[in-house]
Parts: sequence; C-alpha cells; structure tokens
Amino acid sequence: MSALVGTGSLVRLALRRDRVLLPAWLAVFVLMAAGSAGATVGIYPTAASRAQAAASINDTPSLVALYGLVYDPTSLGAVALIKMIAFGAALVAVLSVVVVVRHTRAEEEAGRLELVGATVVGRHAPLAAALLVAVAANVVLGLVTAASLVAAGLPAPSSAAFGLAWAGVGIAFAAVAAVAAQVTESGRAAIGTACAVLGAAYVLRAIGDTSAASGSGPGWLSWLSPVGWGQQVRPYAGDRWWVLLLPAGFAAVLTAAAYALVLRRDHGGGLLPDRPGRPTTAPSLRGPLALAWRLQRGSLLGWTAGFVLLGVVFGNVASGVGRLVTSPQAREMISRLGGEHALTDAFMATELGFVGVLAAAFGVQAALRLRTEETALRAEPLLATPVRRLAWAGSHLTVALAGTAVLLAGAGLGAGLAHAAGTHDAGQVGRVLLGALVHAPAAWVVTGVVVAAFGLAPRLVVAGWVALVAFLLLGVLGPVFRLDQWAMDLSPFTHVPRLPGGELSATPLVCLVLVAAALVVVGLAGFRRRDIG
Amino acid sequence: MATAISVSGLHKSFGRTHALDGLDLTVNTGEVHGFLGPNGAGKSTTIRILLGLLRADAGQVQLLGGDPWRDVTTLHRRLAYVPGDVTLWPNLTGGEVIDLLGRLRGGLNPRRRAELLDRFELDPRRKGRAYSKGNRQKVALVAALASDAELLILDEPTSGLDPLMEAVFRDCITEERRTGRTVLLSSHILAEVEALCDRVSIIRGGRTVESGTLAELRHLTRTSISAELAGPPDGLATLPGVHGVRVDGDRVRCEVDTSALDGVLAHLARTGVRSLVSQPPTLEELFLRHYQDDPHHQDDGAGVAQ
Repeated sequence: MSALVGTGSLVRLALRRDRVLLPAWLAVFVLMAAGSAGATVGIYPTAASRAQAAASINDTPSLVALYGLVYDPTSLGAVALIKMIAFGAALVAVLSVVVVVRHTRAEEEAGRLELVGATVVGRHAPLAAALLVAVAANVVLGLVTAASLVAAGLPAPSSAAFGLAWAGVGIAFAAVAAVAAQVTESGRAAIGTACAVLGAAYVLRAIGDTSAASGSGPGWLSWLSPVGWGQQVRPYAGDRWWVLLLPAGFAAVLTAAAYALVLRRDHGGGLLPDRPGRPTTAPSLRGPLALAWRLQRGSLLGWTAGFVLLGVVFGNVASGVGRLVTSPQAREMISRLGGEHALTDAFMATELGFVGVLAAAFGVQAALRLRTEETALRAEPLLATPVRRLAWAGSHLTVALAGTAVLLAGAGLGAGLAHAAGTHDAGQVGRVLLGALVHAPAAWVVTGVVVAAFGLAPRLVVAGWVALVAFLLLGVLGPVFRLDQWAMDLSPFTHVPRLPGGELSATPLVCLVLVAAALVVVGLAGFRRRDIG
Repeated sequence: MATAISVSGLHKSFGRTHALDGLDLTVNTGEVHGFLGPNGAGKSTTIRILLGLLRADAGQVQLLGGDPWRDVTTLHRRLAYVPGDVTLWPNLTGGEVIDLLGRLRGGLNPRRRAELLDRFELDPRRKGRAYSKGNRQKVALVAALASDAELLILDEPTSGLDPLMEAVFRDCITEERRTGRTVLLSSHILAEVEALCDRVSIIRGGRTVESGTLAELRHLTRTSISAELAGPPDGLATLPGVHGVRVDGDRVRCEVDTSALDGVLAHLARTGVRSLVSQPPTLEELFLRHYQDDPHHQDDGAGVAQ
C-alpha cells in the first residue's frame, strides 16, 4: 500500500498540533456527561420520581425534538443522560468534523500539505492520518466518558454503550467530513458542508422522534440519521449493541468514497473545475463593505437557506404539537396551563431559543473573518490604501450583525408561515417572527465578545466560540445542575423574553444592545491602536 | 533635494525580540532606493511602520512630510505597496483585485492597467486560488504600477518572478524613475539592486550598517591582491587596512581596504614584484561582508570609514 506511506509520521504531526485542542475537548465532554449523571442521581432517587421525569419529557414534543425520547422511564441512566445522548453526540460530531478538515482540506488550502506531500508521503496518507486521529480521539473519548459515568454511579456495560454511541456518531461524521473535504476547495466550506449534513441529520431524527412519541407519522426517519443511531443504541434502556454496526458501516462506505474521490482530483483542487471569472470588477465592488459582502455573501446565503428550512420544520411540528399530546393527565395539565395554544407557544419559544444560539454562531464566524483576513495577510494590502482601519473592521462587523438579524428573520418567517398554514391563522406570522427577532440582541453580545477580543487580544479571538459554547451549556445544563440565577444570568440568552406566549419587555433587550455596543466600541478602540499582523 | 522618507533612531520590539534597534533611513524624492539586509534584519518591520500598520516604540518617522501612524488616509492616497508575501482572496479574480485596490486608492489608469497586464503576461480572469506565487506577485505589481501614486514601496517584489518577468519589472521601474516617482525597493537580488538603485541602505539586526551610493559603498570594501614577490613579504600583515594575509614562500595573498591600497602597493614594490593580480570587490562580496554576522569585520569597516 504505497499510497499510505508516511501515514504514521502524519499522525504524529497531527497529534503534536492538536495536543491542546483534543485533551481540552475531551475534558469538556467528560465533564458534561459525568456532571449530568452526577447531578441527576441526587435529584431522582426513586424509580417513581424518575418515571415522572421521563413522562414529562416524553410528553413534551419540544423536548423530544431537541433531546429525543427516554426509552426506559425507570432507568436512572436513561433519564440522567437524556440531554446528552443526541445533543452531546452532535457536539462530538462537530469535533470530528473540525479535526478531519483541519488536517486535510485546511492544510491543503494553506499550502502546507504541498510541502509535506513532496516528501515520502503517499496519496492517501493525509486523509488516512486525519481519519485515524479522529477515530482514535472518538474511541478514547467514548471510553473515558464511559469510565467517568461509571464513577458517577451508573452501571458499567450501559455506560460503555453510551460512550460508544457517542463515538459512533463522531466517527460517522468524521467520514462525512472526509468526503466534504474532497468536494469543496476551502476548509471553511468543507466544515460548513459537513455541519449542514449534521444539522439535517439532527432535524431528521427530531421529526422521527416526535412522530414516534405521538405514535403516528414517520417514526422511521430517526433510523436515517446517524445522530439517531446513537440514540437507538438505547444505553441504559436495553443496550442494543448491534446498532453500533450502522455508524461503523456508514463510516466505512463514506471513507471508501472519499478515497475514490482523492484519486479523481488534483492537489489543491475540488471536484468542480475552476471556470474563468471576470477580467474586471463590477462597478459595485468599490469599498470595504462591498468587499466584505462579496466575501461573505455565499456563506450568508447558505446559512439563510438552512435557517428558513429549519424554521419551516419547526413551524410544521409546532402546529401539530397539541395533537401529539394524548395522555389524559397531560391534556388536563395543558388546559390548566392555558390550553393547546400555550403549549404550542412554549414549544415555539423553546425552538426559537435554539435558533437564536445558532444565529449567534453565524455572527461569531462572520466576525472572526476579521482575524482570518489579518493573519492571512489579506488585510495588509487593503490597509495600505486610504481605507481607514475602522471602515475595514466595520465592514465585516456589519455583515456579522446584519447577517444575524437576517438569519433570525428567515427562521422566524419560515416558522411563522408554516405555523400559520397549519393553524389557518395568518396572525401567527408576526408573532413567531417577533419571537425569533428578539434573540438578535443576545446574539449580538456574542459577536461583541469576538470584536472585543479581536481588538484587545487578537490571539484570543477564539474566545467568541468559547463564550458561545459556555452560554449554550449554561442554557442546557443550568437547570440540570440547579445553578443559581446569577450564574444563569451570565448568558445573554437567559434575558431574552420567551416569545410567542411570554411577555415582551424592552428593558432586557435594550440592556443587551448596550452590552453588545460597549463590547464593540472597546474592541474597535483597541484595534485602532494596535499593531496589524 | 526633498526627502520622501526620513527615519531616525527607530525602535520596535515584539515582546522580547528587538526587531528594530535604532534604524536610520533617508530616501530622497525621485530616487530608487535599495533596502537590503539579511532575512530577519527588520526590512519588513520598517516597511510596515512606514505604512502605519505597526506603531513605532521610539524614533522619528516622516513619510511624504507626514506621520505614517496619524495621517494614514492622506498618505496612503499618495503611495502604492507591494507586499513580499502576496495572498489573494481565493474567489476573486486577479482583475477584480487589481481594480479593487485601485479604486480604494482613488482610481487607476485603465490604459496603463491593460498595458501592464500585457507586459507581465497576466491573465486577469483567473481566481486568486489558481495563481502561482509568481502570478500573485504580478497581480500586486500591476495594481501598484497602474496607480499614479508618487511613492512605491516594494517589499521583495520580484520573488517568484521568472527572469523574463524580472526584466519587465526592471524596465517598469526604470520608466517610473524617469517620470519622477520615488521607489523604496527591498530586495535580495543584487543584480536588480545594481541595475536600478541610485542609493542603497544596508541594515542588519535592526540597525543601519551602511548607506550611500553603490560607488561610495564599493570604496569601503576590499580589493583582493595576489602577488609573487622577490623575497618574503615582511611586515605586510602589520600595515593598516590589510586583512587575511596568507604567505606561501614568495607568494602572498591578502585583502586590502580600498583606501589603504597605496601603502600596500608601495610596500610590495619595495620587496620587488614578479607578478601581481588585483581583483576589485564584487557586489556580492560587498553585501556578504555586511550580511555576515562577524563583529570584527564591521569594526574594521567603521574604522576605515572614519
């Protein structure tokens, strides 16, 4: 196998480059899983209390859509890890995607793989090394997670099943990333493509799980989703080990496809040939903002399409939520809480909160473009022209802030229109749209964190992602750990009014806008004074 | 003569590294000034301070009569820059980048743009990611040369160009000088410097070690002498300005500072000369002497210069 010569050296190179990244991610996952388990053991000591908790999750479609079903209501592990099994697996999948693309397409794009490739390195070696590192990381992650769950007091075989379910999902998406890295020409596009597949897989299982919960509709959809396979292993609820064969087989097939694609393309190229472009510039491309728009419009269009689609899916599910609840007790509880409308609104508000966090992810990515342009030395020639620093920084910032709002509007309109069509009530469009747009100020705060870091400590711009993940975990795990309100208040998303259904108050929104503005001002002031490069 | 760039006592540190340690540089208006030094000497750092991208820690910097840090916008209207490491946006074509940079600078001459594309044989329809290093360099060169900026700052502009294109570049710079543009040219290619530059500054370790016309610099270097004498060359090594004496019977080889040639030749003539070969310093020797990290050489040079 001369095509694989040099794989060992590349694996060592990758491990050397990831010596901080991998252990840090690993630690986060282990803490997340063991923390959830440890906290739940104390909260639900008896089988009856666990059954009640499980029933309240399984009867709430928004929770089923987000987290999945509790397959054994009496099992401590199944209840304790319901928030982790699908959601955590999706985060593991993101890690796998980043690792694979980082060592394949991103290296190729940067030209470093060419340097390595000219030494005694086989054609398949870089991809093989990236996949080996990703698979090994997933297996270690699964085993360490299992061990930590055992330490938290859960049974050993089921904990192993849980850890391997996570690893299975991660390995499946490592293979998805391997294919994406062959098709696209930039690392950014490869990560985006693989994450879009992940998002689709998550939505697929959300539809499948809610259908399964109600006993009607296409419950089999969950079986088409690699994220769903992780859930179908059903750790702590039967431990169906054979399901692990699905992600393994899926990964094998996609890996073979990726290797086949490697042979069909040139180094540095994608699958689609480059067509000649414009010999001169369109009259519109004449300032920094026009350039930022030109550079980011493709990404924004892709995100917008995804958000509209996501909104439509949520809107569709929401209009059927009332009918999904069948048990008499739950129906009685709902009518006490304000009827089916209140249930639908609560579902919609939860889903829109999720959309708000996702929109913030776009804001972070778009604002980080500033740092990428700077380190890639593309900012330098621009700043050597009469363009002011603030005008240049403002250009990408505008795309980030306005783009976030556009995404929220897209998701809100999609959800509102779908919901209005389902309920024959046109008034829903405005309510749902507003419910989406109120998340913009919170998302802008996260963008503000990126800008502040970019201006004051540019090496730490990754703080934007750290902040976003921290806010996300606060929102998801805060209630599990019963954190104090002040801790929950650290996340801007805590302060967003829950709409539709809740009360719209301007004060928190104005405060969030002010915080975001302060962060941006501090960042831009720092950027004006610091060295470039 | 007016000065386009005047830098004195420039200091810049990055953490613990002192990139610039009291650098001086004077570029007169209308001249092509060679900016030389080994890798890591501080050439790019100086250029980035001149562009207002980095802030100087200490020292005086004047660019076209302004302060490069404060007067960014007004100064940048009057200059064009070619970075040593040109990276382009992967999805923009070369033509788009040329136009964009031109427009940001306040317009470029379309006739000159077309002419330069033709001379550099650059296809403006290809995407940034598809260009080779040399072609990326050409994109930046065309963008700078097609502008009507009065000052061109070029940081190793010909790295990656083939010899044919390097010749085109030289022609272009010669024409620029004729039209009265000022050029600061950082380069490692000595033939290019010799062909184009009116004056040069050589820097090392963040300081200027030599500055002047090439003729002036030549004067500071050594001529190598190889002679066959009538007798042993006693006392030659003790003469001022004589270096590296190697005696093999009646044969002697040594290096002589140009200013000390008279005394050495008189000394040799007293012993009796059978044959004599003297070689003037090449440009390479001149630079290598300044590039080598040997404090003795530098001290000798400074002593003679005084």
